[in-house]
Amino acid sequence: MTYLAKPKFHHPALETNDLGFTHRDYEGAISTLCAGCGHDSISSAIMRACFELSLPPHRIAKLSGIGCSSKTPTYFLGQSHGFNSVHGRMPSVLTGANLANRDLIYLGVSGDGDSASIGFGQFAHAIRRAVNMTYIVENNGVYGLTKGQFSATSDKGSKSKKGVANPDSPIDLATIALQLGATFVARSFSGDKDQLVPLIKAALEHQGSAFIDCISPCIAFNNHDGSTKSFDYVRAHNAALNALDFLAGRAPITADYAEGTAQPVTLHDGSTIRLRKLAGDYDIHDRVAAIGHIHRLAEAGEIATGLIYLDEDAADMHQRLGTVTTPLNALQGADLVPGAAALEKINAGLR
Amino acid sequence: MPIESVNDFVIRFANVNGSGSASANLLFARSVMRMGVPIAPRNIFPSNIQGLPTWYEVRVTEAGHLGARGGVDMMVAMNPQTWDKDVAAIEPGGYLFYDSSRPVPASKLRADVTVIGMPLTDICNREYSDPRQRQLFKNIIYVGALAALLAIDIAEIEKLIGEQFRGKEKLIAPNHKALHMGFDYATAHFSCPLGIRVRRADLIGDKIFVEGNAAAALGAVYGGATVCAWYPITPSTSLAEAFERYCNRLRIDAATGAKKFGIVQAEDEIAAIGVVVGAGWNGARAFTATSGPGISLMQEFLGLAYFAEIPAVLFDVQRGGPSTGMPTRTQQSDVLLCAYASHGDTKHVLLFPRGPHEAFEFGALAFDLADRLQTPIFVMLDLDTGMNQHLCEPFAWDDSRTLDRGKVMTAEELEAGKDFGRYLDVDGDGVPYRTYPGTHPSRGAYFTRGTSRDRYARYTEEGGPYQDNMERLLRKFETAKRYVPAPVLQKAAKPTRLGVIHYGSTSFAMDEAMALLAAEGVHVDALRVRGFPFSSEVSDFIAAHEQVFVVEQNRDAQLRTLLMVECGVDPAQLVPVLHYDGTPITARFIVRSIAAKAAGVPAPETRKVLS
Repeated sequence: MTYLAKPKFHHPALETNDLGFTHRDYEGAISTLCAGCGHDSISSAIMRACFELSLPPHRIAKLSGIGCSSKTPTYFLGQSHGFNSVHGRMPSVLTGANLANRDLIYLGVSGDGDSASIGFGQFAHAIRRAVNMTYIVENNGVYGLTKGQFSATSDKGSKSKKGVANPDSPIDLATIALQLGATFVARSFSGDKDQLVPLIKAALEHQGSAFIDCISPCIAFNNHDGSTKSFDYVRAHNAALNALDFLAGRAPITADYAEGTAQPVTLHDGSTIRLRKLAGDYDIHDRVAAIGHIHRLAEAGEIATGLIYLDEDAADMHQRLGTVTTPLNALQGADLVPGAAALEKINAGLR
Repeated sequence: MPIESVNDFVIRFANVNGSGSASANLLFARSVMRMGVPIAPRNIFPSNIQGLPTWYEVRVTEAGHLGARGGVDMMVAMNPQTWDKDVAAIEPGGYLFYDSSRPVPASKLRADVTVIGMPLTDICNREYSDPRQRQLFKNIIYVGALAALLAIDIAEIEKLIGEQFRGKEKLIAPNHKALHMGFDYATAHFSCPLGIRVRRADLIGDKIFVEGNAAAALGAVYGGATVCAWYPITPSTSLAEAFERYCNRLRIDAATGAKKFGIVQAEDEIAAIGVVVGAGWNGARAFTATSGPGISLMQEFLGLAYFAEIPAVLFDVQRGGPSTGMPTRTQQSDVLLCAYASHGDTKHVLLFPRGPHEAFEFGALAFDLADRLQTPIFVMLDLDTGMNQHLCEPFAWDDSRTLDRGKVMTAEELEAGKDFGRYLDVDGDGVPYRTYPGTHPSRGAYFTRGTSRDRYARYTEEGGPYQDNMERLLRKFETAKRYVPAPVLQKAAKPTRLGVIHYGSTSFAMDEAMALLAAEGVHVDALRVRGFPFSSEVSDFIAAHEQVFVVEQNRDAQLRTLLMVECGVDPAQLVPVLHYDGTPITARFIVRSIAAKAAGVPAPETRKVLS
């Protein structure tokens, strides 16, 4: 980490987005994570994605649990309300926040301890409830803040810094998310910004539960030989399914690659994803095949990355519940309180 | 001598769970009310859906005593499993009504009670061929017989049946027929009416008859709650279900049919309170309904909500603990659990409603308090209040009342440059301003966390700002004393040095006990506590009496502990009166306990000096 605050002034020619904001308007406090932490790269990717989408920072709510990853919302989007909640319980807090105001953009940031161990249940239920959110797990396969214990996503046989092999089976969060009905499932790597930024953009625009499992090496406790979440290991075993370009519906730009190799997918809000397929006949709309594909690659020691599954027409929690379009937190007394006359009718029915 | 009593007796129905008796028993209870006579009915039921014993008790009470009385004047013994105990429970001179289709040996009966045997099964088998009909109509037949035995106007029951089956008219005639079958048999074979009986009166007025849980749920509707997150648990489940029912009736947008509420049945109580905290943080009024085990699971979140200052409302419908305890029996044993919920230094605001009328009132008030104080508010109900129907004053609402959202800084105020510090005590009452997420493009955003921070919500691990914040939270708790409902004082007819403190469902039995004690020459002043933190009225009341009985329904005298700790009272001055066998406390119990301990009004016990 650094203690030197960046000066607020910037070069007048700094790139601006549709809102007239520079990327500096999407920054947060200075990170207190270890220098070189993969999580900081993910924070940068989030800032970049929000900047490129021209999202107003104050319309984003960023929520997290507890752990290294859950500290990161302080380090991006300083103009957004943030909530660093309880270990493993971000999904329920986000669900409640989303119920209260369907108009904000919800970004949940969690880690492998937070989502695969203590919060496994909440992770599962928020996804099956189709909460409209972007849920990023910054997955380093280790407990960082408590100094190097295995997490539930640590691969069987992978070694800790002290050389001990993990005896237990890992949880693959992307597979679980698929089984639970997530309508956007992706995996990426903190060291691959070109892949990660468009994935986050697409996830933010997706209406429904968008899950990104982002492998993020822990340089302090999980970046050694024998670790399956180190920079070197992930770079060597990354099997990208597709490369992605994201085009916001409100500001279409011309694609810079040939149509023949790309599969365009239009999202609910009119924005478009262009997929450049890398893995032969991979179909992002086939949930069952996606699960099989992840497993086959895993058997071969490979990690499937890219956009794994997408259902762009799914109904989110509010649609399922049939709530009003006005955010519930904006309803006033007149909308909510039935009044004395209605109460008298109720009284009459209780005699 | 058979008991002679008009409009003042207790009748208990002993049934098998799942036999359809509940609706017949309720029909009986309502028929007494239609005779203009107050009742206090109670369910005593097992943690079971079908097969185990269940009882329903109706206290017919012209004097309007709404607490449980204790004892049974007439037993309707329909369950062979519990026969012996049921027969033994009848007061000497009481009445036993039973199904005599199978002969019962004289040794199984009692000589000191009037035995009324009616061959219910034989009659049903003769009249009906369908087994389900035989079962259901048996219940209606005994209601008809009881109408004759207790002088209840059968026309009132006919009317009730008509109302019950409105829209299903086909069912009315067969039920009327069964009712008359019972009535006619009893009239022909027994000497009707019995010594205990109902006489038409006009004592119901505009009172309503409703479950405490339904009332609290309706309070949440009127309190402007839009988010409910819950996990099924007896005895609170019917509160969440009633909220949904009332919302579907009262909160549907007329133009679109869309819902002005969101209900999540969560995966557990931890998630339920998490949803409430998230919604409260984001400016919606949110609540959960649960019981003791749920509150145990919610502890970590309750500390967060206290420390991060997030409005939340919890309805705790208390049952017998610890652990699974007695899940279908009543207690007031979560008082300390809720008052000091979570790790670290925490204190929470509690409301103690009595009966459905206050459950409604406090249910709505809780949401104003949660917003005003930016903290969790516990509405302390119990199974006796929540799952039984009670006769009470009708619900009332003042249309000029508005939802008090507390200190929320608006976009206009932020734009005008008003200083915003999330944890800044601007007004000296310990309550800071908050902003809803998304309010202003560049001002008012802050980071919410359970870790320490300064007045402007900036993370800090320094001792000074941490302590400053913890002390402000105490100031806020002082402010809460002014906001919670004031205690209700009931003075004795004569000046007395004896006082009683009581709360919640205990107070109905206490009201009755006061009158009974006065008749025995024991005069007590009673203070009904309705909120925590305690206002000075509570400590003044204790100071004004030599001996104060604290009457409650738990083993460890939890409210007494709270009074000792928070009001700094000498423990010797507070005498516990504790009822915790899972049945509702009775006036008889209170009278017995107080009369024994207050005999001669002894001076406070002196402590033994050991060395």
